[in-house]
Amino acid sequence: MCLGIPGQVVDIVDAEQSLAKVDVNGVRRTISARLLTDDNLKVGDWVLVHVGFAMAKIDEREAAMTLDQVQKMGADYVNEIEAFTASEIS
Amino acid sequence: MKFVDEFRDPAAARALVKSINDLAAGGEFKFMEVCGGHTHTIYRHGIEHLLPESVELVHGPGCPVCVIPMGRVDDAMWLAEQPGTIFTTFGDMMRVPGSAGNLIEAKARGADVRFVYSPLDALKIAVENPDRHVVFFAVGFETTAPSTAVTLVRARALRLTNFSVFCNHVTIVPPIKAILESPDLRLSGFIGPGHVSTVVGLRPYRFVPEVYGKPMVVAGFEPLDILASVHMLLQQIREGRCEVENQYTRVVRPEGNTQALKLMAETFELRPHFEWRGLGFISQSALKIHHDYGEYDAELTFQMPGVRVADPKACQCGEVLKGVIKPWECKVFGTACTPETPIGTCMVSPEGACAAYYNFGRLHRETALVLGQRG
Repeated sequence: MCLGIPGQVVDIVDAEQSLAKVDVNGVRRTISARLLTDDNLKVGDWVLVHVGFAMAKIDEREAAMTLDQVQKMGADYVNEIEAFTASEIS
Repeated sequence: MKFVDEFRDPAAARALVKSINDLAAGGEFKFMEVCGGHTHTIYRHGIEHLLPESVELVHGPGCPVCVIPMGRVDDAMWLAEQPGTIFTTFGDMMRVPGSAGNLIEAKARGADVRFVYSPLDALKIAVENPDRHVVFFAVGFETTAPSTAVTLVRARALRLTNFSVFCNHVTIVPPIKAILESPDLRLSGFIGPGHVSTVVGLRPYRFVPEVYGKPMVVAGFEPLDILASVHMLLQQIREGRCEVENQYTRVVRPEGNTQALKLMAETFELRPHFEWRGLGFISQSALKIHHDYGEYDAELTFQMPGVRVADPKACQCGEVLKGVIKPWECKVFGTACTPETPIGTCMVSPEGACAAYYNFGRLHRETALVLGQRG
């Protein structure tokens, strides 16, 4: 029920009725963008889709930063393993 | 799939788990995830088995299907059986047991029950069937309520007279408060709901650190999101911080969705109290249709039975929903209560802790137990 899936806007079907066509993994459907009227939705934008509504714009920069943050959280261990692998104690 | 695959990278997960191990060493942590979607992710990707023993994940009452009491399901079935109605519902409600069966069985007996993906689909059915009355079974937290809100506004714009909503929307803050007030649990922090937060933002959760002194991290739904959130919670505790943090920054804005909140305020009112399966009556925890939209309120259009039905004696859903017991600790788990023959809602909904564990978690656990015995 909380299921929200990422989809890319491929067409603004009816700007007045706030209807947009999104592509979710190859499947294209019309959904309501009524909840994002403040966001100035354009073709190419990515949105979170839930029960036929776009709930939020997916911020690509934030997504990249989150992945970056995840990498950094694991970095200490990875660095340690790399250092260990590189050591040549005899 | 973009925005999905990158957040499932196994190498990143392994590295993250190692960092979590270090942060959690020597301590004992119990984090509750409130959202059913998170429970599903955790079981599906075996996250509990990746985490060290010092970190335990407890599943909370965040499945809006699971918390609907049997009496309300009976009301839904009554509506479905009214002559001339078309009863529309999300798929997950179809097999939830009332005291006399479920909606699928009502359909088999001849009621016109239709599965819809969106409330807007229900509206379309009403437009296309002017001689029938269409009822929409509205279920869900603040994630889904805005969609019902838009649908109500649209129904009015279309001047529909053959449409009504049976409103069972619930709100997220009261059950979190109820959990925090419960003497049964000693939690270290919360993994906050991701999609509810796209609507309500971060401010509603401030009371969790400020009043109860527990940290919360609002998390995304992919494995890396959950692991990163556990990391962030442990980091807060280690550094002596206690605040609401946002891990799901790619979709959650601190202020939430203003349009959604505005539409909800126009079309809904708070009920003084509402019964939650397993948690009893919680005040101001659910929505009903605003009196300005009364013509679309099924509870006004119809004289519904409104009977309160107690859960079956064998059912321990309440304890599972509060995180007091784990699914496998329920006496009827996997025997009398399975996804095919569910007794309680924790097993019916795909996001219920029991269904998630039954479908994904059991083999890991049983394997782990067997390996443990072999020594």
